[in-house]
Amino acid sequence: MVLVLVAVFLFVVSGFIALLATRSDGKANFLGGAGAIAGSAVGVVSVLDIIVKRTAPSIRLQSLLPFDSFFVGVDLLSAFFLFIIFGFSLVAAIYGSEYLNAYRGEKKIGIAWFSYNLLTASMALVVISKNAFLFLISWEIMTIASFFLVILENEKPDNRNAGLIYLIASHLGTAFLFAFFLLLAKQNRSLDFDKFTVIKDASLLFIFSLIGFGTKAGLMPFHVWLPQAHPAAPSFVSAVMSGVMIKTGIYGILRTILFLGPPETWWGVLLIVLGVISGVGGVLFALAQHDIKRLLAYHSVENIGIIVMGIGLGLLGLKLGSSSLMILGFSGAVLHTLNHAIFKGLLFLCAGVVVSRAGTRDIDKLGGLIKTMPSVALCFLIGAIAISGLPPLNGFVSEFLIYLGMFKGGVFSPTPITIVPCVLAFASLALIGGLAAACFTKVFGIVFLGEPRTRTLVDANVPLSIKIPLFVLALLCLFVGLLSPIVLKWIAPLIDSLSGLTVSLTVLSATNVALTKISIAGIIFIGLVAFLAYLRFQLVRRRQVTKATTWDCGYHSPSPKMQYTASSFAWPLISMFGKILRGQSDVSGLSSYFPGASAYHSKTPDVFDRYFYHPLFSWTDKQMHHFRRFQHGRVQLYILYIVITLVVLLIWQTGLPL
Amino acid sequence: MIFSMNIGFFGNFSSVLQVTLALVFAPLLFGVINKTKAFFGGRKGFPLLQTYFDLAKLVRKGAVYSKTTSWVFRAGPVVSLAVVLMALFFVPMGGSRSVVAFEGDFLFLAYCLGVMRFFIVIAALDTGSSFEGMGASREVQFSALAEPALLIALAALAKNAGSLSLAVTYSGINFSSWLGSGIVLGLISAAIFIVLLTENARIPVDDPNTHLELTMIHEVMVLDHSGPDFAAILYGSVLKLWVFGSLFVGILLPVKSASPVLNTLVFMTGMFGLAVLIGVIESVMARMRLTYVPRFLLGATAFAVIALILVLR
Repeated sequence: MVLVLVAVFLFVVSGFIALLATRSDGKANFLGGAGAIAGSAVGVVSVLDIIVKRTAPSIRLQSLLPFDSFFVGVDLLSAFFLFIIFGFSLVAAIYGSEYLNAYRGEKKIGIAWFSYNLLTASMALVVISKNAFLFLISWEIMTIASFFLVILENEKPDNRNAGLIYLIASHLGTAFLFAFFLLLAKQNRSLDFDKFTVIKDASLLFIFSLIGFGTKAGLMPFHVWLPQAHPAAPSFVSAVMSGVMIKTGIYGILRTILFLGPPETWWGVLLIVLGVISGVGGVLFALAQHDIKRLLAYHSVENIGIIVMGIGLGLLGLKLGSSSLMILGFSGAVLHTLNHAIFKGLLFLCAGVVVSRAGTRDIDKLGGLIKTMPSVALCFLIGAIAISGLPPLNGFVSEFLIYLGMFKGGVFSPTPITIVPCVLAFASLALIGGLAAACFTKVFGIVFLGEPRTRTLVDANVPLSIKIPLFVLALLCLFVGLLSPIVLKWIAPLIDSLSGLTVSLTVLSATNVALTKISIAGIIFIGLVAFLAYLRFQLVRRRQVTKATTWDCGYHSPSPKMQYTASSFAWPLISMFGKILRGQSDVSGLSSYFPGASAYHSKTPDVFDRYFYHPLFSWTDKQMHHFRRFQHGRVQLYILYIVITLVVLLIWQTGLPL
Repeated sequence: MIFSMNIGFFGNFSSVLQVTLALVFAPLLFGVINKTKAFFGGRKGFPLLQTYFDLAKLVRKGAVYSKTTSWVFRAGPVVSLAVVLMALFFVPMGGSRSVVAFEGDFLFLAYCLGVMRFFIVIAALDTGSSFEGMGASREVQFSALAEPALLIALAALAKNAGSLSLAVTYSGINFSSWLGSGIVLGLISAAIFIVLLTENARIPVDDPNTHLELTMIHEVMVLDHSGPDFAAILYGSVLKLWVFGSLFVGILLPVKSASPVLNTLVFMTGMFGLAVLIGVIESVMARMRLTYVPRFLLGATAFAVIALILVLR
């Protein structure tokens, strides 16, 4: 436990040192990066120690903080998230120290490292806090630190706007968390988590927590900040935000379940429905994007949807006392949380290399990168297969568990109440799988394959410090996919603690057999591919192999401009779901019989933003105009306000002096 | 579910034999389809064994690669053939159980075929050709819609048999289950048949014999493949037809006699009957407009959903 705090301390101290090293960006980069790497390494070791020894240490220092105690502890749930936070931060920090080198002289690198290290430290504190006051402070630091990372390139107005939206959305979410914790504290007369035993109005608490944590997780319809903030942040920060930070929202939802005790049926149903909306909505909006990082951000919304479906399934199982339902649901959700951190982190890091080398985030301007950066292309391909939920990689395993839960809940259900949500959910998950594959064949095919569409590649050199993080994450995709029974055994105690059972391993035994066979099949599959590849090599080797241009119906010299684009690739699906997506496009220049230069633009802004949040906030803005007359700049009157306020407060406190 | 645990990774001998039969006879399916079409067209048609001749010739040929392509283009045929070879081990064929069975194996089967599609699509995009891009775009659109239909249909079937494993599900179907729940089985087989036509690029979704690249789906994606690569693609697609055909015939002709020979004979008759049926459909129907295909697939989903509602009732 002390070691965990040492790791957090290392992050904070090295962050401040990097901030103070204003003289030399190189020094700041070294100090900040080294601190982050050391902190994460110590953190990983400390968590592994706790997990292996199966202890649940905690430290409680009475009256160190106002409102009860400084109370931190690492139980199974905290340990799991702590492992993801420190593990991923280690990989991202190695990548980041190379990535930030490019900003030398342009940006204060010290500020970036300060924010990054504070972000990691606060995420760790969030998951180990056992006191609401400490939790909310860490939560707030986490938001602010990531806000400064989002607006690192603040000379671009888009980024400032994205940062603002992020800040406002996060604080609206946090307001619900304040209400959530204050209600709990009022009912239990303490802010310590272990004192939260008396629960009244559980449904109200659940809704508050769902809005508060759902905003951070990026659950639709609270996701609007996510597709704005992720593209604006530097890529390794997007990877951390998408892979790890939004998972603190999932942590919060799971923690709430542990607080609230026996759930209502509709909680589970609501989570499944929100999961379906997030999943299908996320992947559809992802398909319509032209910006590679925004596309990946929408896929985070999709994957959070899948995780939340799993949690909803688990809650239904908890309510109905169906152990297979809750264990499959929870284990699928937990495993998908880990998997999403791995493959989404990998994809964002790869996208970061592409964006920084090509200087554009527009998919339709890229192409043919597999020839200039083959290792990045390979890693991106592995991430793309994993996120599409295809075997033998890790994405398939967690989706498989959730699917099995849905089939059991929907088809072999103990009660009719689960049938409709489960059937809806597995039909949606099947659709999501197909659409995600469509989206990632699009990204990989257009960005990495074919010929370059524009000549914007600045520098194709990818240093080792960038390659190593990519390869580590890519190998993890493969290992978790092939060794899923072992991984499941590791997380079984956590599933037990979530479902209040001690039987998850026995209930899961049939599933474990299935996963073992899937793993063996995966290994045989890789062997088969290798064998066939060798066979093909032998066949082709002795024959005549010619190089030619791509067949274009007899056209003599096809040019890169004639290639299919990402927009056209996705168009049939986009237009099919046009009623939901409401994309906008305009064509200019195609007017007469002999049209001149013409242009086509299309964009698909977020519908929730356009039809709900934007009208709501402009209305609020208009109403706020009335308050402007109070703020006129006359100091004497301001003092009068203060006096009036004081008098009112006095009267309120003491009663009228009659 | 408990059943499936007792089977080892490799099941009994007759299941392995079924896989061998598939490997040998699958190319004959295309021959039968084409003979049927020739009969309707009043032509003699090419020999029944033409696909075997084509495969033998392609394997012996050299290859032409576009200068645009990378290793992804060469990996496409290899991976897709490997996937479909593996898929054969998960499908119950000829009245015997599948070689490998476990709880939820149909999901693994469906997602394996997803891997096949993924690699054919990226291999197509690797050429940088607009035509292949077009085909790839249509492929991902239609398969995304076919996936829910297939999974819901298989879920309805699973409920009917009380197991989440294809082996148990299919061994639970027999002729008397048609008497009991004929409507459900009919709806399920209709849904699977539509998915079969879509996934295997047959009329009315796609025309394998069309002459214009603009209108193709599957064929246009593999335009640039040649030699051994194209042989892998061709063999992969006949095997894929065999996989889907087994799912369809296994419901329609559920012979469960004591004699494996009889079972196999009936199954083979069913498979080639299916090939004749596809040939007949291709002769009497035109291809649909591409914009109508999604509705066709939604029809399949509707069949599957109705079947599921009926079994859950």
